[in-house]
Amino acid sequence: MPMPAALDRENPSVLVMPGPGLPAFDYVRASKPDEVCDLLLQHGDNARLLMGGTDILVLMRDGVLAPKILIDVKHLPGMTTISFDPAGGLRLGAAVSMNTMTAHPAVKQHYPLLAEAAQAVASYQLRTRATMGGNLCNASPAADTAPAALVLNARCVTWGPDGERIIPVGAFFRGPKQNVLMPGEFLAFIDVPIPPPGWVGRYIKLGRNAGGDLAIVGVAVLGYPDANAASGCRFRIALASVAPTPIRVPEAEAILANMPITGETLERAAPAAQAAARPIDDLRGSARYRKAMTRNLTRRALDDVWAGLRKEG
Amino acid sequence: MAAHQITFTINGGQETALVTSHTTLLSLIREQLGLTGTKNGCATGECGACTVLLNGEPVNACMVLAVEVDGAEIVTVEGLAQDGQLDVLQQMFVEHTGTQCGFCTPGVLIMARALLDRNPNPSDDEIKDALRGNLCRCTGYVRIIEAVKAAAKAGG
Repeated sequence: MPMPAALDRENPSVLVMPGPGLPAFDYVRASKPDEVCDLLLQHGDNARLLMGGTDILVLMRDGVLAPKILIDVKHLPGMTTISFDPAGGLRLGAAVSMNTMTAHPAVKQHYPLLAEAAQAVASYQLRTRATMGGNLCNASPAADTAPAALVLNARCVTWGPDGERIIPVGAFFRGPKQNVLMPGEFLAFIDVPIPPPGWVGRYIKLGRNAGGDLAIVGVAVLGYPDANAASGCRFRIALASVAPTPIRVPEAEAILANMPITGETLERAAPAAQAAARPIDDLRGSARYRKAMTRNLTRRALDDVWAGLRKEG
Repeated sequence: MAAHQITFTINGGQETALVTSHTTLLSLIREQLGLTGTKNGCATGECGACTVLLNGEPVNACMVLAVEVDGAEIVTVEGLAQDGQLDVLQQMFVEHTGTQCGFCTPGVLIMARALLDRNPNPSDDEIKDALRGNLCRCTGYVRIIEAVKAAAKAGG
């Protein structure tokens, strides 16, 4: 999607002034998944889902989007439920709020990285409503929960006219603000497998302030002992805000799997992450700054995770 | 255009209202119910001036549709004082000059109320973190944080 007109500071002539309130639309509270698919197929771009509303309502108020129908999917079965199975892992309803997720005992105990990432989003009161499902569906390159989802090998479970589909998060994003959902299809659950034993995770976000601004760069690192790796452990690294979509960095991961982990190895992996970054200039930071910060924050996150692994081991 | 009849509890009393799909909780509170303590600041979920409690949890009222609060319980700044007695937070904001122009104050009070309800003894960092989504352009925050700490100490 091109830069929304209302936010295009380069072209003030196309600035759309926000109206005094939301434009008119019809609110529909869906009770069955099929009802959602039918409405989406019937109305196309004129129908949008409503979960926490923290993104879509802003876009509507700014005049960027004007759907005729908002379909509230929070009341569908399982959409706001969290379940954990020690063998299968975590299943998050797509409309579970970030605060509910962060406070859930299974998330705190088994997936602290998810909580750390969610807490980097905006403010507490926004996170009462904001959802990880919405964060992924919006497919912003800057989505804070996306790097954590990537390194945890999370899967998007969708519902559509042809039934259920399971899409790895790594294949879910298509471009800035674009996901791979088909017409009539919507995200129902996020499944997060049990991470490898002994894992340590970290998400570091650089914003313009310590508050809730969007990320200039976000780096998630997950490390775990692995006797099959030449180095004795493996790392997964994912970046936000430095490419058209959130990305994994296999080049840097390979360096860390194949060479004994020393300060020098960590020092070599960080520039590999920098090399994989393809950022843009925007009002939050220049591409050059983003690249440099990708290296620094990757190094910092690797140091933290490596220190955690040594403590555990 | 669809109108929806909703029933909800606000500051302890039950209300019924007829709202359009695109009415926000904020305009329901301010314009239909006339409770103007809750402020309309940025209208995009960033400034926190419209923060209210929805089923005990703080939300930006500008980012919630009125139709979604059918059956819910809402508390606004007007609901903090009980029987003419200020909430201890309000009392401490008075004593510590935690308010200047007052525009952010209702949202800050609600946010601080929610914080003390879930964490009666917050550290300075926890207070700052909880109030991250409430912008104040006058006080510099120091006295706000002092007031919240004093309220916690007073059993808040």
